Amino acid sequence: MTAIHKEAVIVGGGPGGLAAAVKLKQQGITDIIILEREKQLGGILRQCIHDGFGLTRFGETLSGPEYAQRFIDLVEQEKIEYRTDTTVLSISPEKHLTAVSPQGLLEIDSAAVILTTGCRERTRGSVAIPGERPAGIYTAGVAQTYLNLKNIMVGKKVVILGSGDIGLIMARRFTLEGAKVEAVFELQPYPGGLARNVEQCLNDFDIPLYLSHTITDIIGGARLEAVIVSEVDEQKRVKPGTSRRIECDTLILSVGLIPENELSAGASVALDPRTGGAYVDENFMTGVEGIFAAGNALHVHDLVDFVSLEAEKLAEAAAKFIRRGKLPVCGIKLVTDKNIGHIIPQSISGTKDVTLTLRVGRPLTGGALKLQQDHQDLLSQKFIKLVPAEMIEIKLAKELIKSTSEIKVVIAHE
Amino acid sequence: MEHQYDCIVIGAGVVGNAVARQLSACSVTIAVLEKEQDLCFGTSGRNSGVLHAGFNNKTGSKMARFCVEGNLEFDRIAEELDVPFKRTGKLIVGFSDDDKNSLRAMKAQGDANGVPGLEIVGKERIRELAPFIAGEFAMYSPMTGILNPFIYTVALAENAHKNGAAYFFACPVTDIFYQDGRYRITAGGRNFASRWIINCAGLESDKISALLGIKGHKLYPCRGEYFILDKKAGQYLGIPAYPVPNPREGGLGIHLTPTIDGNILIGPSSKYIEENDNYSVTQDIMDLLIKDGGRIFPYLKREYFIRNFAGIRPKLVGPQEGGFADFVIERRSEAPYAINLVGIESPGLTSALPIAREVVRLIREVEPLKPNPGFDPVRKGPPAFAGLTNGQRRALIQQNPDYGEIICRCENITKAEVLEAINRPLGAATVTGVKYRCRPMMGRCQGGYCQTRITELLRQEKKLAVKEVLYQRKGSNMFTGVALK
Repeated sequence: MTAIHKEAVIVGGGPGGLAAAVKLKQQGITDIIILEREKQLGGILRQCIHDGFGLTRFGETLSGPEYAQRFIDLVEQEKIEYRTDTTVLSISPEKHLTAVSPQGLLEIDSAAVILTTGCRERTRGSVAIPGERPAGIYTAGVAQTYLNLKNIMVGKKVVILGSGDIGLIMARRFTLEGAKVEAVFELQPYPGGLARNVEQCLNDFDIPLYLSHTITDIIGGARLEAVIVSEVDEQKRVKPGTSRRIECDTLILSVGLIPENELSAGASVALDPRTGGAYVDENFMTGVEGIFAAGNALHVHDLVDFVSLEAEKLAEAAAKFIRRGKLPVCGIKLVTDKNIGHIIPQSISGTKDVTLTLRVGRPLTGGALKLQQDHQDLLSQKFIKLVPAEMIEIKLAKELIKSTSEIKVVIAHE
Repeated sequence: MEHQYDCIVIGAGVVGNAVARQLSACSVTIAVLEKEQDLCFGTSGRNSGVLHAGFNNKTGSKMARFCVEGNLEFDRIAEELDVPFKRTGKLIVGFSDDDKNSLRAMKAQGDANGVPGLEIVGKERIRELAPFIAGEFAMYSPMTGILNPFIYTVALAENAHKNGAAYFFACPVTDIFYQDGRYRITAGGRNFASRWIINCAGLESDKISALLGIKGHKLYPCRGEYFILDKKAGQYLGIPAYPVPNPREGGLGIHLTPTIDGNILIGPSSKYIEENDNYSVTQDIMDLLIKDGGRIFPYLKREYFIRNFAGIRPKLVGPQEGGFADFVIERRSEAPYAINLVGIESPGLTSALPIAREVVRLIREVEPLKPNPGFDPVRKGPPAFAGLTNGQRRALIQQNPDYGEIICRCENITKAEVLEAINRPLGAATVTGVKYRCRPMMGRCQGGYCQTRITELLRQEKKLAVKEVLYQRKGSNMFTGVALK
């Protein structure tokens, strides 16, 4: 079978992929296709029936499905080709894609490939929680799929491990559906999710949040019967004598998200161990020319609005790449100190203004965030408090950049 | 109503199914009674998946004899039953002089048992065979292999079933008595009668022995825990790598085994426990696995861990004695029409078919068994999309569009494969049953993508209410009900 040719293939029809597609079309790139493995476009937003989406991108608060629909409508309006029920099996470094659907195999050669594949949840296995292996243990997202898309309750008496945003949202959902959420336990001494979610999903419903706690045993041969929770010290070691048993039939895990990059590996895209996503330059181009990545596939975002905005920036750069066949070399590396969890992009050209996105590795109070080049400060931004749950943006004007040496991103304490 | 058979096999693990298949080659009626909801829910589904060569076992023992026999014939068996299998060879690596002596003794034992090709090799050869494995020297066993233990167990059952064996699930045997030349068996609320009983109950085989009136067998459950590593780690290991075992332990030492699907297993540990159905994994052992595994596999990284699990060995020796007791395969005067199999632990997977032939031989000592003229030893498994060429995939999707719908994105398993797993004869009735047959949920996302799809297909195909979907055992209901309107 001969491959079809496209200017751009977008892998994943969620808030990143849809935004990228629309922006590409608006930039005059017409020969594009979105490949989506689900039966509908929209990605994970379809199951996020709570509101709070869209304030930044659309200036109003929307539910997940409403937010997705804005972009789906634009995709339809712009007559952008898409295929649902279509799973990409492989991408080669030469940008040859093989996808499969009930209609058969689809082979595409594309000038640009845009990876907006989202992320997946960390599981019990990856965090290695000891104990028995009963039914009743779900990741927050899986429980959300059952409840919001299939109308199924996974349990009645719930304990949540991890205070990631989906876990917090699910604490509220379970409560509203008549389940009893006993508590949320978080290993870190600070919450994993946004402050507004702690307030609106836990405090408003009197659900206790225990920081510096973890689950040390799981009881139940067939269905979950109880968990043992314990307090941990600063080194995350269990404090003796702090264990207690909590009866429950359900354990929800909200212990982190991992950018989905199984296809990237096959395309020889190098991944940054700090983000779990690709190394990208200011154009969101990965180490493989013509392959771009944005959204949660690149790094896990706090708000969906930033996923779409990032994908739109990607699309602007990708449109240039498609037209010119080349983008400026990005030889200036960005390096971070140990306070910074990660930064996007990891390299820039120095020839245009860029917005850097980063997260701190732990909560920080009172200091300044500095960009330094050749031992000189390029800019310094004071802060009162920074938390890992929130993404931080820094705008760097091209005039400030002095050379092609690497730029250090550091935290200076007052 | 009483179900009448010539032979009743208790237990649908690898041994029970091998026995049922072997019996199905004879002109007898057969039923297999299984206490769980499905095949393979005990020790057969919870092990390293290694086809052992037979050098670990005492010369002259049944373990040694059946293991060597089972190993040598397995290429043919794998082909007959369409079981994924690879003769990888295996290394037992050593570091000290004591290790070297142990390896020499092990080689001598293996030679005496008739294991072909064993050799002691140096560092260079280790590097050739397994470049990422540490060790000063090793014994290399070319005959050792890896197989898919789930598929092997299922394949034996499917073939037995095709040749006439009936299967009854959720039928724990609670009573047996002998009357008028027949055993009367109560199991799962049903009544059965049979001229012969074959006890293949694994971890419950001591209890079944007692029900048969055979005294003196006591099992000591001995748990082994494992880590499963991501396929990303699979590139580092093409061949099982074991340490020199500690003879007191009654295990083979914490080893690294590539699985036939490309993951790596680290384990098993060895710890005697009280209950024979507690499959807990424990913090202490996890730490130990990382430490011991890291000794022979220095490339071990935390990010590779995708799951842990535990299996339980039905051991006839307790913690005081240690080591291995031989398989018990017996016909006793207390129960002259029962073949009693107790303590079938490692190498039970490798020995299953030779054990089954031994069972038939023991029955033939009492009565002649005529061959079943219709016996067909061949079982064909369904195609696995992930392993096909694009040309084959295209053809398959054209025949059946469900082969074009990916259900498990980590392992590229299609809707057609899941439906086949559910709807084949002796098909899966639980989520774990689907997983064992075609591997969804075994990848790195552990069901994050596919679990909701699998439960939906199970409900649809088996006409299950929401509350009836089981994860694995009885009582392991996945859901408590539907959401509020």
